[in-house]
Amino acid sequence: MSRTLPNRREFLCTVGGCAAAAAAAGCSDLTHTSWFRSRFREMPEAEKKTIIAELEKEHSARFQQPVTVGVEPPMENVEFGYALDISRCIGCRRCVHACVDENNQSREPQLQWIRVLEMDKEKGIDFAHADAYYDAESVPREGHFYLPVACQQCENPACVKSCPVGATWKEKDGIVVIDYDWCIGCRCCMSACPYGARHFNYAEPSIPTEKLNPKTHYLGNRPRMKGVVEKCTWCIQRTRKGRYPACVEVCPVGARKFGNLLDPESEVRYVLEHKRVFVLKSELNTRPKFFYFYGL
Amino acid sequence: MPPPPFTEGAFPCTECHDPEIPVNKTRRTLEMSHQEIELKHDEEHRWCLDCHSSTNRDKLQLASGEQIDFTESYRLCGQCHGDKYRDWRVGVHGRRSGEWNGHKSYLLCVHCHYSHAPAFKPLKPMPPPVRPSQLAKGGKS
Repeated sequence: MSRTLPNRREFLCTVGGCAAAAAAAGCSDLTHTSWFRSRFREMPEAEKKTIIAELEKEHSARFQQPVTVGVEPPMENVEFGYALDISRCIGCRRCVHACVDENNQSREPQLQWIRVLEMDKEKGIDFAHADAYYDAESVPREGHFYLPVACQQCENPACVKSCPVGATWKEKDGIVVIDYDWCIGCRCCMSACPYGARHFNYAEPSIPTEKLNPKTHYLGNRPRMKGVVEKCTWCIQRTRKGRYPACVEVCPVGARKFGNLLDPESEVRYVLEHKRVFVLKSELNTRPKFFYFYGL
Repeated sequence: MPPPPFTEGAFPCTECHDPEIPVNKTRRTLEMSHQEIELKHDEEHRWCLDCHSSTNRDKLQLASGEQIDFTESYRLCGQCHGDKYRDWRVGVHGRRSGEWNGHKSYLLCVHCHYSHAPAFKPLKPMPPPVRPSQLAKGGKS
């Protein structure tokens, strides 16, 4: 942080006196108390504990099952990287739907973090002529190849710079996260992102009770609200515990690779050192940590 | 690693292939059993006993003559597909699940590639996303 932002709690208390009003009214509704939360990265441990307890209680009641909200910090000496073999991807969209299930994306209206683009082999990578809405009896379709796109977890993320309230930032392990309680829904980040990786909850997101993944993370797949932006976090709730992201485990052709860029023995490092690798829109200097490669 | 994907009832091979019966090593169309196998794997040059051992019917056989278990079939595949074998061993060819920094589970080559016709079969894709124009109306794709 290069500048000190005003403390939101103090600001609101001084200006509106609403904290006092809320307290006087005995208001324990989270939609009110969430106004007074610190940013997650600045949150004192004590506050974290109270808030997690409140959130878990709220979500458990709403979804009628025990829901956990994790706060796992980045691991030491870990910087995540991802590699996707476009010579293998067949465009089956298993990753898209596994991601929706794992990360509690809204079913109605539909919101999906991964978009699989179908491209013409003759044209090569050409976003202007890519089709995300292809439907077929079977894939891969003759003459086409497939390019799944989600958050590229940039080293130099345009979205983070564009956020006027500091609600999104890059963590030490390289994951770009969003604090949903701080997002004001201005969508500056969405227009700043050159990959279309950020998605906005225009309406109240809905997830059927039985479809909820109850293992969540504060900065990842906990249930979101209307008016906030969300995106891929490389399954922060899984990867910070050592597991592979859901898309990696579901891919039927094994095109998706994930690991620690700082570990010379990791799969991603092997890809970077032995395969032909590229990143999307490298000319923009966003420096994605999501690499595409030709494994054949 | 999960166990090799045998056809039901096919293993152990010695259930049917009695070691007492002499082995007919002539290349021929099979008529008594295994007719369902249509070899599409360099079939011009190869036949059953290039990979399956003729002396121990429950084993596979490398070019060197070494006999290996079906659980080690990747060594057999790796004789020709050395580049894929190399990538598979480091976890870059094929799917891995488990932990990126700990225990990983592998699949054998034959879990994804049917050994007698190994080309990866096309799949039906899952449904496409709803178009934004339909989304606004609350409609389906």
